[in-house]
This record gives sequence, C-alpha cells and structure tokens, in this order.
Amino acid sequence: MLDELPLRAAGVAKTFGGGFDYGRLLPWRRDGHAPEPPRRVVDDVSFEIRRREIFGVIGANGSGKSTLIRIISTLLLPDAGEVRIFGLDVVRDTMRVRALINRVSADPSFFRNMNALENLLFFGKVYGLSGRDVREQSPRVLARLGLDWEQALEPMSHLSRGQQQKVAVARALLTSPVLMLLDEPTTGLDPRSKRDVQSFVREVREEHDATILLTTHDMEEAELLCDRIAFLSGGRIVAEGTPVELRRTIAAGRPLDEITMETVFMELTGRSVEEDEEPREVLAHG
Amino acid sequence: MVSIAEHTPAPGRAGGGRLAWAFVERQTNLWKRYWAWELVWLMYGVVNTLAITFIAKQVGNEGAASSINVSKLILFLLIGTLVWAYLSAVLDDISLVVTWERWEGTIEHTLMAPVPRALHLIGMSVFGVLHAVVRTLLIFAIAVPFFSIDFGGANWLTAAVVLAAGSFSIAGLAILAGVLPLLYPERGAQMSFMVQALVLLVSGVYYQVSVLPGWLQVFSYVSPATYILDGIRGGIIDGKSVADTWRTLAALGVFGTVLIPLGIVTFMVAEQWAKKTGKLKRQG
Ligand SMILES: Nc1ncnc2c1ncn2[C@@H]1O[C@H](COP(=O)(O)OP(=O)(O)O)[C@@H](O)[C@H]1O
Ligand SMILES: [Mg+2]
Repeated sequence: MLDELPLRAAGVAKTFGGGFDYGRLLPWRRDGHAPEPPRRVVDDVSFEIRRREIFGVIGANGSGKSTLIRIISTLLLPDAGEVRIFGLDVVRDTMRVRALINRVSADPSFFRNMNALENLLFFGKVYGLSGRDVREQSPRVLARLGLDWEQALEPMSHLSRGQQQKVAVARALLTSPVLMLLDEPTTGLDPRSKRDVQSFVREVREEHDATILLTTHDMEEAELLCDRIAFLSGGRIVAEGTPVELRRTIAAGRPLDEITMETVFMELTGRSVEEDEEPREVLAHG
Repeated sequence: MVSIAEHTPAPGRAGGGRLAWAFVERQTNLWKRYWAWELVWLMYGVVNTLAITFIAKQVGNEGAASSINVSKLILFLLIGTLVWAYLSAVLDDISLVVTWERWEGTIEHTLMAPVPRALHLIGMSVFGVLHAVVRTLLIFAIAVPFFSIDFGGANWLTAAVVLAAGSFSIAGLAILAGVLPLLYPERGAQMSFMVQALVLLVSGVYYQVSVLPGWLQVFSYVSPATYILDGIRGGIIDGKSVADTWRTLAALGVFGTVLIPLGIVTFMVAEQWAKKTGKLKRQG
C-alpha cells in the first residue's frame, strides 16, 4: 500500500567535491592545482508536498534548487537524509519511483536532430507507453500548449527555445506522472511561451491527478502558481508557507498587500533572489 | 484521471523486449538524421578496405609470392579490414552511449526513465550490431568487385556463426569501454577510443598474431577479436566447417558470457558512483 504523501524529504544533504582525488597519485598531477574544496549545496532540507498541490522552491541561481530536484529524480544520491515519493525511497526503490515521476528541466534536453514526435515516441516508450498511446495523445497535448502539429514533425533544432520547452512539458505529461518536477520551466522563455507554459501547469493540476514541485527564481510565477512556497538559500530552507503566511511573518502590522514577495524573500534570506549565490565552502563533511 | 495504483507497476506494463527496442528505434531515427555521416563512414570503410587489400596485389606484382599466396593474402586482408569495420562500428556505437547523450543533453532524461539498465544497454547493443552488419555488408558489396576473388571454397555459414557468436563478446567489451565516459566526463571518450586502438593492434587484423612480440601476444589471447578473425578466416579461406571451428566458438561463448554481464554490472556500479559524485551532468 502506498503512502498518500506524494513527497516527503527529511534532512536531505548533498556535498560536492572534497573526495580523494585519485589523479593526485599520478606524479605529473601531484603539484597541479589544489583539489576542489568540498561544498555543501543542499543542507538539511526537509519538507512535505501534499496531494494535488503545487509546491514552489524559490531561490537564486546557485542556491541548490536543481541539485535538490536531481536527488528527488534519482539522478543524484543524497549524502544524508531521505526522500520518499508516495512512501517509496528514492535510493532503494529507484525503479518504482522513476515510474511515478517525470521532470522538466531548464534546458529542453532533446535529440536535436530528431523531430518532436520521434523524441516523444522514445521518451514515452521508455516509460512503457506504446507507440499508439504516444501518437494518439501528443497532438492534443501539443495543441493545448499552442504548438502546431507541423512543428512536431520538424527537427527539434528548428524550433524556438519556447517551442522546445513546450515539447518538454508535453513529454513530462505524456507519461502521466503523479509527481511532476518542474525545474525552472519558464526561465529564458519569451513572455508568450512563458504564459502558455504557466497556464498549462495550472490546467494540469486541475485536470490530472498530479502533484507538482516547481522551482523558480521568478516571484510572480511563484505567486501565480504555487499553493505553498519554500525559500531556499545556501542550500537551506529558510522559510516555508503559503504566500499569505510568508508575508505575515514579516508584516509587523503592515497591510499584507503592500508587501511584495521580493521583500519577503529579502528579509527572510538576507539576499535578493536575482543575485547569484557564490559557491560556499564547507570544511566538515555532512 | 490517473490513479497511483495504475502507476506502480509501470515498468512491467511493457515487456522488457519492448523497452529495449525503444533504444533500437531511437538509434535508427538518429541514424537516419545523420545519413550524411553514415555515407562518410561508408566511403571511409570502402576506401580503407581497398587501400589495404591492394597491398596484397603489390606484393604479387613484386614477385615476392606465388599467385596462390597472393589470392590468399588478398582474402586475408579483405577479411581483416571488413571484420575490423564491423567491430569498430559496434564498439563506436555502444561505447558512445554516454558521450553521445551528454552531447545531446539528454543523458539525465534517458537515465531517469524506468528502464532497467541491462535492457537499455542490450537495446543499444542490438542496434550497434544491426548497424554494423548493414554497413559491413555494403562495404563488402562495393569492395569485392575490385578484386578477382574466388570464394569457391568459402564456408559462409561458419563465418556467419562466428560473427554472430563474436558479436556478444564485442558488445560486452564495448559496454565496458562505454563506462569510461561515465567515469571521466572530459577524457572518457578518448580513453574508450584507445581501448579500440589496442584491440586493433593485438587481434591480428592485418597480420597473424604470431608476428607480434611475445609480450603483446599475451594480449591477443584475451582479445575476443582475435578469435573472431581466426574463425572467419578459417571458414572463408580454408573452408572449415562450423564443427571444425568449435574451439573458436567455445572461446567466443566464454567471452560473451563473461563480458556482457561484466559490462552491465560495471556500468551500473559506475552509474552509482556518478550519481554520488555528480558526474552525470552538472549544468541546469
Ligand atoms: N554535479 C555537480 N558537481 C559539482 N558542483 C555542482 C554540481 N551541481 C551543482 N553544483 C554546484 O552546486 C551549487 C548549486 O547548484 P544548483 O543546484 O544547480 O543551483 P540552482 O539550480 O539553484 O541554480 C552551484 O554552486 C553549482 O555550481
Ligand atoms: Mg538550476
């Protein structure tokens, strides 16, 4: 029996670098540059996502959003803590977790010389869909995203960034994931594509039984789409709550509608969401 | 509406064969899009085969060998270049499994799909072998008319059986070579190319391995390509039957049985390591 909680993360941590550099055993490498110092990129992160919720993780570039998403999508092993998807451990039940999730990353990641349909056929079939399933469903999904069928038959490299990202969203939806991981799905898109993708995300939540984890550094998008939000800074969750709850934490008597989310982020994290985070070194291993 | 219950057994919804076949289809689609490159490789294969086989003619013209020996040498070199074209095509296709997807930017999406890694690698191997068969047959068909070769005594069945048996071991070797790019994102592809070069040196592609210095011959014994070349030459030049070739076939059977599982397991271990150290991909 599966746990009904789509996602539960507890004490998740990830440090990059700092392992023993075997290259240094080679005589000509010995006095080369010093090994990369260890950096804790995700630090004791815990949160839960409820069924059919859109949960936003907001943080600047380099705050650890993608690393967190990769741990959840079974592409990185956490050093500490655990992530459960409907009760299944991402490390131990990898295959079953993979069947439940899908992901849209900031870069579209397609075979660029294949067309959209060929890409969707491949990425659908590896999730167990038949060619017929994919051929039947893709036109509808792509049309809903504002893509013409002719465009689906062009090599991906001929499509604009926005169009490619729409195909990426279609790819994720096609496999009917119960948990969708959207890692900055609208970053770098033109305003029109951005709106298309955003309204589609909302529609997916309404019409499908999907739960969504969305990362962004766009406050407007976060407020528009997310039921609850967590602020990530230096790999740590600094605050978490509904947009109203987050405003309330810093309101101190001010009317809530006068407080922008940018201000809330600033006050709670001590930095602007627009400013890239500098790599932060850690000395101890997590 | 999709319920979770419907979802949980998802990897089982499609049979393993179908999951593996998805990779064969994908590679075929890619291959169609890169047809110009295929043409280049075909041209290269033909020219290489001709260039090397003409060496035998030259030897004949200089009177260094009898005409019987010249015909034998022509066949010897022709088989060498063709088998090498075949083996390097398989090695290239499979060992690029990671490099190629890194370059396309699809690696994470492919690796996070609910496909057991063994099926993924088997799918890639099946395509590699089919692709290599097609390319090699074309080279053969184009190159042969350049020489007056008498295939009268050739046992084609032996050649085909040896090649089929040998393909397993080469696929296993290729999967092992394909692990390198997973471990070394920057230099791995070059390293797997070096593996290929070493196989070329020690396997007796253009000469009998007996001409190699003793210490290099040691490596000949552990290269499955040595046995493939031996078996195919035995069949086509000496007309040996499948039964006569059983030693070679047994050796190839052992290589295949060891190398394929070894390749798959090594790949899975390397993948875990890459997931631990963040070597799969870092941007985005
Ligand atoms: N695979 C990796 N190896 C080493 N460092 C990494 C890796 N992935 C991310 N990092 C580093 O971790 C930090 C957080 O990165 P990331 O999770 O991509 O942040 P975000 O998605 O919030 O921009 C960055 O400083 C980045 O350079
Ligand atoms: Mg990111």
